[in-house]
Amino acid sequence: MQNYKKLLLAAAASLVFSANALAVDKYKVGIEGAYPPFNNKNASGQVVGFDYDIAMALCAKMKAECEVVTSDWDGIIPALNAKKYDFIVSSLSITDDRKQAVDFTDPYYSNKQQFVAKKGVDFKTDIESLKSKKLGTQRSTQAATWLEDNVGGDIALYDTQENAYLDLSSGRVDALLADKYAIYGWLKDDPAGKDYEFKGNPINEDDKVGIALRKGESDLRTKLNLALKEIKEDGTYKKINDKYFPFSIE
Amino acid sequence: MLLELFIKWLPKLIQGATLTLELTALSVIAGLIVAIPLGIARSSSLWYVRSLPYAYIFFFRGTPLLIQLFLVYYGLSQFDVVRESVLWPYLRSPFWCAVITMTLHTAAYIAEILRGAIQAIPPGEIEAARALGMSRFKTLVHIVLPRAARIGLPAYSNEVILMLKASSLASTVTLLELTGMTRTIISRTYQTVDMFLIAGVIYLVMSFVLIQGFKLLERWLRVDACQGR
Amino acid sequence: MTIDLYGFGPALAAGALMTVKLALTALCLGLVLGLLGALAKTSSYKPLRWLGGAYSTLVRGVPELLWVLLIYFGSVNAVRALGEFIGMPDLTLSAFAAGVLALGLCFGAYATEVFRGAILAIPKGHREAGLALGLSRPRIFSKLVLPQMWRIALPGLGNLFMILMKDTALVSVIGLEEIMRQAQNAVTFAKHPFTFYMVAAVMYLGLTVLAMGTMHVLEKRAARGFVRRT
Repeated sequence: MQNYKKLLLAAAASLVFSANALAVDKYKVGIEGAYPPFNNKNASGQVVGFDYDIAMALCAKMKAECEVVTSDWDGIIPALNAKKYDFIVSSLSITDDRKQAVDFTDPYYSNKQQFVAKKGVDFKTDIESLKSKKLGTQRSTQAATWLEDNVGGDIALYDTQENAYLDLSSGRVDALLADKYAIYGWLKDDPAGKDYEFKGNPINEDDKVGIALRKGESDLRTKLNLALKEIKEDGTYKKINDKYFPFSIE
Repeated sequence: MLLELFIKWLPKLIQGATLTLELTALSVIAGLIVAIPLGIARSSSLWYVRSLPYAYIFFFRGTPLLIQLFLVYYGLSQFDVVRESVLWPYLRSPFWCAVITMTLHTAAYIAEILRGAIQAIPPGEIEAARALGMSRFKTLVHIVLPRAARIGLPAYSNEVILMLKASSLASTVTLLELTGMTRTIISRTYQTVDMFLIAGVIYLVMSFVLIQGFKLLERWLRVDACQGR
Repeated sequence: MTIDLYGFGPALAAGALMTVKLALTALCLGLVLGLLGALAKTSSYKPLRWLGGAYSTLVRGVPELLWVLLIYFGSVNAVRALGEFIGMPDLTLSAFAAGVLALGLCFGAYATEVFRGAILAIPKGHREAGLALGLSRPRIFSKLVLPQMWRIALPGLGNLFMILMKDTALVSVIGLEEIMRQAQNAVTFAKHPFTFYMVAAVMYLGLTVLAMGTMHVLEKRAARGFVRRT
């Protein structure tokens, strides 16, 4: 009888503990999935890239179970506010416009925008010369805002960065303005990228990229900031950085 | 709130709506022109005349317009031959790509409408024209097409409304028509639902006006008195 | 001739399955909405007639793409309220559910007109005969009107279904992994836009042929008893 009781106690205890183990936080992470090398889908439908690796490292640090949800770039912030996921790790620059709609964590990398055009072509990046060129960029990006505010006129706005590259290589646009490190990946990895190069000096030198969350979720924000600090300190961040870039983008 | 947003962005929205109407008008008119020979050939009794238009209609009615648009816009430029051809100045522009795709697409539907209309003409009328000594061509121009136009008009007006709505897909190839403009405004304001609602109302108004216009045209052509059956 | 799909074959096949699932689910919803819409529009009760008319006019006047976007992003508050009501505060609308709602809504608006035409095409005498035989109204509807309506409405519904199947491509814009979305993923990864979009187009054609075949069988079945035997 005594034995039986002990067994029951042990069973109950294990139940409690396993229940504790089960009670991990679960999050859905919003990622665009069309922005190599930061995030895109491979043939088996798996999201890969810098953003994905960072998101998974953060989740591991927070001891949370994370599920990736992909979204169109256009709708990535609306879908966050529509609770389709809990935070966005998708190369989202921290801007005043976006701060009206969402909160951001500390930045997890820095970027800048730069023009890219065909090799050997004389492409000047002063405003006057830009006005006479057909320029393209992705809709709802820092680059789009900059072009609209500084150059204006007939700018081609694309749903995905990939479609913008397709049109650059078909010659529909003279140049693209986009995030420098994304273009870096395209110039290096894409067969079409070999005929193109950066033009002029980068603009928006101080572009910080952060994780976006719904307004008022300060608990989650604190957790994410802490996890970000931890992966930077323990070398995980550097490992992910080096996997994609031979220089630091922190 | 909604009204405030509407007034603030009205100039941009009008610009977008104008492009929407241009795309629609060009494609339904050009589509009709392409569809006339297509529809006549489709209703031919000879299989070798019938089969090519049939294949064309089958492809364009059996695949989504979005795919057709991507094929023309992003797909064709994959080939150097296309990029070096005389057509490139047109295929290069998103506007013409959208117009060409929408024209080819709607032509397939209009050709079917036309075929239905031609087949709905009482055979006696055609026989009467022939008996009066009209040539085949004369019969086609003076009897068959005017009759078919009246019989097909209600279906054609439906197709125009469908194309008005389908033009929203042009936003995926960088055109800032009403939907594209709305999405661009949303990217600056994040007023997603409000802006989509406003755009929806503008579409509704445009299609309402078009429907009323076609009703007037039908009355003027006395379509109801001329229906095949 | 073989086409190199760069390993995206299975992904495209999964996309086709998703397209079929989406189209069939939206069809079920659309048929119910269309039937209700037609009943409302042919009702002898004025507010109902007005409601049915408003439904079909409003929905048909706005692009399908806009409905997809509006429902996906616009349903947040309504869904949250519903979630709290049934005790599931984290309830959200998935891309699939939003797609079904949007496409079902649009299908229903057009089907309203098809069903209305079918109801009007049934001779009044049939209903009067039912009444004279002492049948109740619901019985007249289910035993007399519905079976005849089905036969008349079938070709129109078939056309609408073909349109519905192609409209599923629009749901790709909210991230549902159907044929179109998978083709876009493949282009991002492996380039060759013409190849992948053409493969996608052929897949839609295949689905259309399948649907046309099914329609043919259904129409033949529904026409039993109406075809003259020689």
